[in-house]
Amino acid sequence: MKISRIGSATGLAVVTALALTACGSASNTDATNSAAGGGTSSSADSSTGSGTAAADRGCFTGSLSAEGSTAQQNAITQAISSYQSKCTGAKISYNGTGSGAGITKFIAKQVDFAGSDSALNPDKGEPAKAKAACNSTALDIPMVTGPIAVAFNVKGVDKLNLTPQLIAKIFAGKITAWNDPAIQAANKGVQLPSTKISVFFRSDSSGTTDNFTHYLNTVDPADWPQAHDKSWKGSVGQGKAKTAGVASAVKSTDGGIGYIEWGYAIQNKLDMASVNGVALTADSAGKAVESAKIVGTGNDLSLKIDYQTRTAGAYPIVLVTYEVVCSKYADATKANNVKAFLSYMASSEFQQQLTQVGAAPLPASIQQKVLASIDSIS
Amino acid sequence: MNSIEVTAPESTKSGRRPGDLLFGGSAAAAGWTVIVAVVLIAVFLLAQALPAIAQDHVNFLTSTDWAPNDKPARFGILQMLWTTVMSSVIAVVIAVPFSVAIALFLTHYAPRWLAGTAATLIDLLAAVPSIIFGVWGFTVLAPKLVPVQDALSGTLGWIPLFGRVSSVSGGTTIFTIGIVLAIMILPIITALTREVFSQAPRSHQEAALALGATKWEMIRTAVLPFGRPGIISATMLGLGRALGETIAVMFILSSLPDGAPWSWSIFGGGTTFAAKIASDVAEFTPGVGTGSYIAAGLVLFVLTFVVNAGARIVIERRKAFSE
Repeated sequence: MKISRIGSATGLAVVTALALTACGSASNTDATNSAAGGGTSSSADSSTGSGTAAADRGCFTGSLSAEGSTAQQNAITQAISSYQSKCTGAKISYNGTGSGAGITKFIAKQVDFAGSDSALNPDKGEPAKAKAACNSTALDIPMVTGPIAVAFNVKGVDKLNLTPQLIAKIFAGKITAWNDPAIQAANKGVQLPSTKISVFFRSDSSGTTDNFTHYLNTVDPADWPQAHDKSWKGSVGQGKAKTAGVASAVKSTDGGIGYIEWGYAIQNKLDMASVNGVALTADSAGKAVESAKIVGTGNDLSLKIDYQTRTAGAYPIVLVTYEVVCSKYADATKANNVKAFLSYMASSEFQQQLTQVGAAPLPASIQQKVLASIDSIS
Repeated sequence: MNSIEVTAPESTKSGRRPGDLLFGGSAAAAGWTVIVAVVLIAVFLLAQALPAIAQDHVNFLTSTDWAPNDKPARFGILQMLWTTVMSSVIAVVIAVPFSVAIALFLTHYAPRWLAGTAATLIDLLAAVPSIIFGVWGFTVLAPKLVPVQDALSGTLGWIPLFGRVSSVSGGTTIFTIGIVLAIMILPIITALTREVFSQAPRSHQEAALALGATKWEMIRTAVLPFGRPGIISATMLGLGRALGETIAVMFILSSLPDGAPWSWSIFGGGTTFAAKIASDVAEFTPGVGTGSYIAAGLVLFVLTFVVNAGARIVIERRKAFSE
């Protein structure tokens, strides 16, 4: 009798502990980031906060909610924690649910601004819907440059150079072994093994897939005729869930190759291929964004990345995430808060921190236009 | 002799006590709420799914394409149906014999002190979150199953079901997810069958023993037939969980690219209804985009319903042994 009572008491304790662990892991997968650093102090403290932040827009007290792209998750988390440590009265939350979900919530007026991997799409009527929701034009403001790395794992090879055509052929399944003469030609002097190439793609809908396939379709439509899409339309490969899945799969498969955000490639210590001799660094990604054309009108700064840029030293596979905001908010406090946070995020002070999280800082020419655009929000 | 009739006491003129009315009423209300909720879910699924299916340019049930956002929308659920059914069947085929054996061991063979602790530990397995299973399956189990899969497809490869598939590496196949699902549904089936076996009438068991049956023969004749409806109900519950499992499948199973050739093999990749919907939920576009996924959800709903209805029929036929 006594033994089974102790047994069930222990069992109950272990079950409770595990259930609480479940709560912990559930909130981690939720990826919600709110009021992490010191945002709980009263408004009395905010005056000291704003005094030290005279350089940028200053601090605000209040809360902001945003939702959207997971590609800029790391960058926004960094921005929120830096901003909240400076401005203790501010509470900002960003939920990484995906670009589509973010824009839907923005149009439904449930969040103050949205993060998206692509600008509002006129084919889907998004600019019109956002304009109706804001009662003023919605602006796409580029904020974070997320370079896409082509990560590979080949035993004995740590430096690999690929041409855009080679990348398209590999991901289309036209080249199936690492020691193919075409790859060898781009890598003189490197001993390539005969391992089979294992392609990995994102099984979930992803802005990274969208931008990567846009790159492939633009630079080599002969080998990659499919239009760009958030879902993988290629005919070979294995789909893994989320960037973490692809990174993990590439890391554990000899001969694996996949496309993942730069930050994750660094975190997982994966080898990355250079494109046309240009390795992926903050500089080379920045050069590609610099050569982008602004296709938005007025204060809308939608960019058209030139994937075939001839700028020397530019790494062309980049995606830019936008913050989608109203040009005029109904609530003046909200407009002020959004301006304060976004101008901090666009400031050089913060942009320099982006390399730590695997993003590249905005080049100066674009940054100035971004700051001007943010200034115009009212 | 006249038969004696016994009726409930009539203390109020209306014939029912307030306590009876209240309890009976709440029980009826709860029952009706559940029925109405299920009907409303079915209505919601149909209302969203049918307009989308009407715009589908390929046969919804037999096509393997999945491109609902393309301009002529094309989407079909055949590949998802196959993967969902196969992974759940593998899970049930592995889990049920184990569960019945564990339940028998706990009720009839184990010493008293072991039975209690072991039962608690097995119930703890049900408390492990699915995402833990997903991460464990992906990092630990899948690589370890690669030699097992190679061996099986080497010896049994001539059967299409066990054919060798070269496009999926790392062991992230339907076979692996079937095993992980089996581990996830094991505690559910075990807990229920344990309860059922412990309710087997002692008089029948003792009578069997008195007639000279060995322990196994006693179990075979007195306990198992009694427990059959319970085993089937438990299996259906476990199967329901296996069919709807989302996170573990998303993390472990490699999905196939759009143009992949059809494969009967369980050593290939694929995706299940729940995992597909969860993967793409963030990027739903209103209209055909969302409707196609809800249509997939509807198929899963109907599948679970059909399986449960079939189980109910089997149980009703066996009702004779439930006394």
